[in-house]
Formats: sequence, C-alpha cells, structure tokens
Amino acid sequence: MHYGPISAATGRSTEDLARRMRCRALEMVTRARASHIGSALSIADIVAVLYGRVLRVDPTIPDHPERDRFILSKGHACVAVYAALAETGFIDPALLETYGAEGSALMAHISHKVPGVEFSTGALGQGLPFGTGKALAAKRSGKAWRTVVLTSDGEWGEGSNWEAALFAAHHKLDNLLCIIDYNKLQSLTSVDETLRLEPLHAKFDAFGWVVEEVDGHDHAALAKALDAASWPAGKPAMLIAHTIKGKGVSFMEDRVEWHYRSPTAELLAQAIAEIEGTDHA
Amino acid sequence: MRDAFIDELTTLAETNPHIALIVGDLGYNVVECFADRFPDRFINAGVAEQNMTGLAAGMASEGYHVFTYSIANFPTFRCAEQIRNTVDYHRLPVTVVSVGAGLAYGAAGYSHHAVQDYALMRTMPGMTIAAPGDPFEVRACLRWLVANPRPSYLRLGKAGEPSFHDDVPQVAPGEWIMLRDGDDILLSTGAALGAAFQRSETTHRGFGIATMPLWSMTSKHNQPEALAGHRKVVTLEDHLTDGGFGSWMLEAAIGRPDLLPRIESIALDPIVCGMVGSQATLNRAGGLTPPPAAS
Repeated sequence: MHYGPISAATGRSTEDLARRMRCRALEMVTRARASHIGSALSIADIVAVLYGRVLRVDPTIPDHPERDRFILSKGHACVAVYAALAETGFIDPALLETYGAEGSALMAHISHKVPGVEFSTGALGQGLPFGTGKALAAKRSGKAWRTVVLTSDGEWGEGSNWEAALFAAHHKLDNLLCIIDYNKLQSLTSVDETLRLEPLHAKFDAFGWVVEEVDGHDHAALAKALDAASWPAGKPAMLIAHTIKGKGVSFMEDRVEWHYRSPTAELLAQAIAEIEGTDHA
Repeated sequence: MRDAFIDELTTLAETNPHIALIVGDLGYNVVECFADRFPDRFINAGVAEQNMTGLAAGMASEGYHVFTYSIANFPTFRCAEQIRNTVDYHRLPVTVVSVGAGLAYGAAGYSHHAVQDYALMRTMPGMTIAAPGDPFEVRACLRWLVANPRPSYLRLGKAGEPSFHDDVPQVAPGEWIMLRDGDDILLSTGAALGAAFQRSETTHRGFGIATMPLWSMTSKHNQPEALAGHRKVVTLEDHLTDGGFGSWMLEAAIGRPDLLPRIESIALDPIVCGMVGSQATLNRAGGLTPPPAAS
C-alpha cells in the first residue's frame, strides 16, 4: 500500500485531477439527464485534494483495513467521487458511462456497491453519525486511520448532524474530520434565506470542535487544511470550505437552477471547453 | 425479560469481544453490570437516537456487533430511516433493542406504547425480528443473534414476566416452538405468549400452544408447511392487526388458498391507541386477552 498521495504516484497535479473529474462529472450527468451537477462541481477540488494528496488509500486494495475512511454525506454529489475513483484507479473509467443506467452500480446517490465507497447516502444527515461511529471504533481499538466526512451546508438542517456534533466533541474524536461544502445555496434558494446557519464558525466552536475555514477551490490551502498534522489533538476537526456551487463553469456558478438542471449537449460542450481551457497549474 | 437480556448479553460478551452496547440514556439499574464489566464497549449516546443508530452502524462496519438499547418507540420509529438506510441496507450487525414493547408502559401513555413496531421493522428486507415470549426465549434469541450477527430487532417486554419454558429452547427464524401440541394451535410471538396460555384455558380450550420468537421477511417460506399440519392456527400478538404478525402469516400463506381459512389473528384493536391503563387492562381492552366473563 503506498498510502496516498496518489498524485505523487501518478505524477499528476490535483488541479489536473479536478479538471478531469469535472469533465467526467458533466459527461455523466448529461448522459443520464441527471441532477446535482452544481453540487458535484462545488466539491470537485476538495475531493481531488483528498484523493490526490491526503487520504491514505490504495486503489488496488479498496478495503485495506488501515485505509482512511472517506464518507460522502451529500450523496447527491456522487459524480464527483465516482469520477475521482475512476481517475485514481479504483474503478474502470468505462464504468462511468453506465452512471444512472438501468442495473448500474453507479446509482445517482453514492453507493457502497462501488469499490472504494465506504457508505451509501442520499438521505441527508446520515454520514456524520456513521463516520462518528467509525472514528469511535478506531479510537477504541487503537487504530491510526482517520475518518473524513464531507457534508453539504443545507444538510445541517438535519438534527442528526447536530446530535453527532455533540457526540464527537464529547468523546474527543480527534481522528474525525468533517468538511462542510459551504456554497451557500440549497435546492430552492440560499442557505441564508432557507434556514440560516450563521454564525457557523462560532457554532462549532461552541460545540467543542476545532474549526478552520478555507477557500474550497484553492488546492494548496486545501492540502494544508485537510492534512491531519494541521489539527490539534483532543477535539474533532471541522473545516468550513467556502465554495461556489457549479464552480468551473461560468453559466453554472452560484446559480440555484443547476442543483436540478441537466445540461444539453450544446451546454456540455461549452462547459467542457471552459474547464479544459482553465489553467490552475 | 430485560434482566435476562442484560445478564445474557454480559455473559456472551465475556467470550465475544465484538459485542458492544449503546444506550439512549436509558437502562438505569439494568445496564450497569455490562457497563461496569466492559467500559470500553459501553456507550451512553445520550438522548439522541438518530445518532445512536448511525453511530452503532459505523462501529458495526468496523467489526462490532452493536446493541442499541432504549424503550418503546425511541430506538425504532425515531430513527427509522437510519435503521432502513444505514443498518439494513448495508446489512450491518446492529441489534436494535426495545424494552417495554406492546403495552408494557401502559400508564405512560401513547408515546410509550410500542404497538406498530413490527409493521415498521418487518418491511426491511434484511431485518430479523426477535420477539421472545419469556426470559428463556430472550436468552435463546440473544444466543442466536450473536451467533448470526445481522440487522435485527430485539423486542423485549419489561420485567417480571413469567417463564413458560423449563430451559433455553432452540430457536431459528420461522421455526415454531411447540409448547403443547394440538390440531388447533395458538401461535404467539413476543410477550403475547402469556395471553396464549390464558386463551387456552378460556376462549380456546383444547388448543395447543406454539411460539415463534424469530421471524423475518425471508423466513416466510416454511410457514405453509407448518400451517398444513394443523386444523386451525390462531396468531397472537401485542401489536395492532395492521402490519403485524398475523398479517405476516397471512402473507406467508397467500399462495396457498387452501391454508388461508385456517388462519385467524388475535391482535390489538386500535382503540387502545391513546388509552391509558395497566398492561393487563389495555391488553384486555384491545382484545388480546379474553374478557373477564370468559375467564
């Protein structure tokens, strides 16, 4: 097991990984006429840095007992993770073409039937309690691996998340990292107009977590913020990642309709051209 | 039943290092023996059943067989989606334990009446229901569940129930345990076993008595064969008719129109929903136990 950084193993940058993931995600969603592309583009950089530089995982042994556990709680953004798994060698990239098709393992909310996926979600507010159980199990059995849970912002309307937030702090689960994809848009309108989360940083601070904020599209900043060494012992870690829904495609960025809309072939071509023309490296 | 539960679980945990117990801030004067003996495998999750269930599933995914413990509807309905998606769909070894099933908390009011729990739990494809009828069956069910870890629901009465067996019986999903054979049979699940004995001496004289503490969606297939050996089978349960054990049996026999007329169901009338009284009063009011005139 090479224990992550997959980018180091492949010689590719995480920016390049994120670009490929975005293109694949757009292709999948367009082909399947599926929703949630805005949510997937929002987390593409976070997921790219996780798989490319942070998580200790081995694509050849997806269920390696010493692996870090990554849980996508916002299961509707699964195309970003499926794309990352294809780009990093967990699954055959050809499998992506079956996304959303009849009988495919790649259902439109993340599925544990796909190699490398720990846990199926789709009902919000279930990833963090589950991840908290994993983190507690690791603590109690003396394991060194980390649990990383990626949530949306809107799903913090779920009481179960707040139950888990209390629990993780009470039990000092410093082997647990929760990331909030804070793009500030929900299904119908903004988080502020739906069910306000602010002051978010102060809330988690008060709950007993260590809280940091990061630009969720800055790979260097993400690599540092996601690194276990950046966090003190004794408390669970909360990373508020400021993101833009639909990031990378000009006509999707910060637009609520791309929570549900699926691109036409013409818009797909335009989106891919924009992404491939982008140079973050 | 709850004393038999914690005693048996503590005994099993001595030799099985995977057993863990999570309580939802309930179990005072019940769970201490486990908590004191295995502090590393005991957690009080607080009044937070959704997290308790997700947490249990997370631990179960890392090798534990986790028992979540609370009362009445709190570990089931409150966290039904966690049981459905997280436990059952992922086929994780979590046993949801509810104490005070049926109308055991009669005076506590409707919030504490667990009379719809079978209906919820039996619609989950991987779920095994364990509904013991006495303390011996509690031990039997626990031993079976620990030997066969899986998504499961252990439905306990409360305390002080009589024993109907002389020893711990052998149990398996879908298997009837014959206590008294007969052409006509009262077949109970859960704490309705006492009602079966009452009925056999009053309204159903001459009926044999059987109990089925373990059942599931996947253990219906052998019911027609068991039904075929009897002239009449009357199911008993301290649960509403709708979605309950009798309904399950009718579904099991649906492909056998010749057997369907043999099945009768005695379950609770929804009139008990919202009614307050002792368990005995409510079971009688709901029609599970015979009216006083019959006794």
